[in-house]
Amino acid sequence: MNLNYTTPEFIILRDLQKCNNCGLCVKNCSFEAHYYSKHQRVESNSAKCVNCHYCVATCPKKALAIKKHPLEFRHNSYWTESAIKDIYKQASTGGILLTGMGTDREYPIYWDKILLNASQVTNPSIDPLREPMELRTFLGTKPGKLELDKTNNLSELMPPQLELQIPVVFAGMSFGSISYNAFKALAIAAHKAGIYFNTGEGGLHKDFYEFASHAIVQVASGRFGVNQEYLENSAAVEIKIGQGAKPGIGGHLPGKKVGEEVSKTRMIPLGSDAISPAPHHDIYSIEDLRQLIFAIKEATEYKKPVLVKIAAVHNVAAIASGIVRAGADIIVIDGFRAGTGAAPTRIRDNVGIPIELAIASVDERLKEEGIRKHVSIIASGGIRNSSDVVKAIALGADAVAIATAALIAMGCHMCQKCYTGKCNWGITTQDPELTKRLDPDKASQRLLNLLRAWSLEIKEMLGGMGINAIESLKGNRLMLRGVGLNETELKILGISHAGQ
Amino acid sequence: MKTIEARGMHYRELNNLIRKYYQNGIKKFLLKGVNGQRYIGSGIKGSPHLTIEGTPGNDLAAFSSGISIAIKGNAQDAVGNTMNDGKIVIHGHAGDAVGHSMRGGRIYIKSYAGYRVGIHMKEYQDQIPVIIIGGKAGDFLGEYMAGGVIILLGLDVEKDEELLGSYCGTGMHGGVMYIRGNIPSYKLAKEVKTASTTEEDLDFLKDCLSDYCSIMNLDLNKVMAKPFTKLYPYNKRPYGKLYAY
Repeated sequence: MNLNYTTPEFIILRDLQKCNNCGLCVKNCSFEAHYYSKHQRVESNSAKCVNCHYCVATCPKKALAIKKHPLEFRHNSYWTESAIKDIYKQASTGGILLTGMGTDREYPIYWDKILLNASQVTNPSIDPLREPMELRTFLGTKPGKLELDKTNNLSELMPPQLELQIPVVFAGMSFGSISYNAFKALAIAAHKAGIYFNTGEGGLHKDFYEFASHAIVQVASGRFGVNQEYLENSAAVEIKIGQGAKPGIGGHLPGKKVGEEVSKTRMIPLGSDAISPAPHHDIYSIEDLRQLIFAIKEATEYKKPVLVKIAAVHNVAAIASGIVRAGADIIVIDGFRAGTGAAPTRIRDNVGIPIELAIASVDERLKEEGIRKHVSIIASGGIRNSSDVVKAIALGADAVAIATAALIAMGCHMCQKCYTGKCNWGITTQDPELTKRLDPDKASQRLLNLLRAWSLEIKEMLGGMGINAIESLKGNRLMLRGVGLNETELKILGISHAGQ
Repeated sequence: MKTIEARGMHYRELNNLIRKYYQNGIKKFLLKGVNGQRYIGSGIKGSPHLTIEGTPGNDLAAFSSGISIAIKGNAQDAVGNTMNDGKIVIHGHAGDAVGHSMRGGRIYIKSYAGYRVGIHMKEYQDQIPVIIIGGKAGDFLGEYMAGGVIILLGLDVEKDEELLGSYCGTGMHGGVMYIRGNIPSYKLAKEVKTASTTEEDLDFLKDCLSDYCSIMNLDLNKVMAKPFTKLYPYNKRPYGKLYAY
């Protein structure tokens, strides 16, 4: 008997009175948690279940349910179940623990300790149902002053801007980490909603060139799929320095995920590992970053804004200041709750800082230095809903980027197994059988619905505050109050406590 | 042939001029008095031919696709950064990170090159980039190499000089290097192994080097007379076993 000490996380409950032994669950589960017994009876192996709900949602008889496995470890506040299980896994494999999506640990959620203001009596609120509300946002360097020539025309051209109909973009997710259909759904939705999707570092498949005007193409340390044509088929170019889920480390897309289409898009041989080194080999300083920013500007004839994406880390404000001085048009700051297709668990759960604090400190620092107008800020990493968006903008962001929320809109159930490539919902997989489960048209409609719902809610919240343009909310921390936060936290966030 | 006097000119202006003339049908350019301007030849669609007199700055022909450049002098860092296709000939020496992430095209260097030459070079289908260095090379030659070819000749290396720096091929997982002469094993990273050249290798080398030698005015037979050591990775997935699935 092969005893590996691990016990199931979940238990699959099958209502035998309802189950008609149709076997759809056996066919559907990529993790092989359901099987036919010797007697051709459908049975389940709970040890293989990842609790992604696909079988539950598709069971025609609604005969299935999944629960946390009742097996309990003896209570111990220090040696918790997950601490013990992680050791079992490493003792049997000798490997780095991998996980997917953002950290699930209990760190403070500052969004939930910040409350919004509303107008009462002294400053009338605005009714967005009757009155125009402006959510349109322009991202890019703004000129310090307007100069007119003798004919009263602008004498200097406006630097290139990204125009967003709602202050939300899709964060970088590569074709490779997500499926062709998931990528397509994001591209369609961005195009229709008047926002942008982001290629991640997986290149842009030629099929998606039709959405190029809504694509932010990424240049990351691996330079996969990066050439002149790629830079041109974009609205903007993003230099990815780091990401919130795994600051400071690179990434490895395993060869088994590099099928024909991924191979074409990344321009690497079929089945070869795509190794993204931790740093860019040509960036060791702010000066080097400037060199790459201007290499891209030169290659795109200064027609496109250049974004620089960093993870929120300890000295994020000083780093952001350097990035502005290096010539970036837009900075993306990715908080420690950001999701990913694959990250070492220890990195995901222990590195980086909360996006709320990062945004506030960056905005404050850039204002102090008088360079805030030179750059737009995108906040990302765990934005869950429209009130998170409003709070992020009031803390100083120009817009937010969402990825996990977008995947959930498409059907993700947060089982955190993206790194296995077996996503039953057809999102984070390259398996053609699984990929076809996601209909890009339906998925893009769900994304559009989400964006519409958020924009309605944002307008309601703005109207309540007596504000009719998102621009007036930016960095407007008077609209925020903290609850249950200490002096230091309030100071960093730059907000007063509720009641003050 | 269009001659541009580049002394004191900003790189943006210089590239704009080349772009403008190229769009008007001029294919050949002589850039005189080049002195550190970065990104020369970046973002120019098509295949112009530039002759550069002086020293071009960093990121020469970055992201380029089909440009042809001859430098009558030395080059600085990151020549051919993320280059897709084209040919760069340097009649002198070059700085660090030559051919960083290049995916196609050729870079010929007459003399020595700096650190991390060919870092993360790749190949894709019929795009196989080639870097040939006439002199010596610094540390981390072919680091993270994922494809392509690096040929190191060591022609002007003095007896008391070393042909190659340390940590050659660190993280290498694709492509091949040919080093003219022997390499002490301590110079090599744990990811690479050595072999002597086969007939096939020599045919390939001859093919690559005949073009190089004719451009650099060298005797191909003399260059080929000394044996080459072939370096290639042990494993195409050096990091495949890091994780607990």
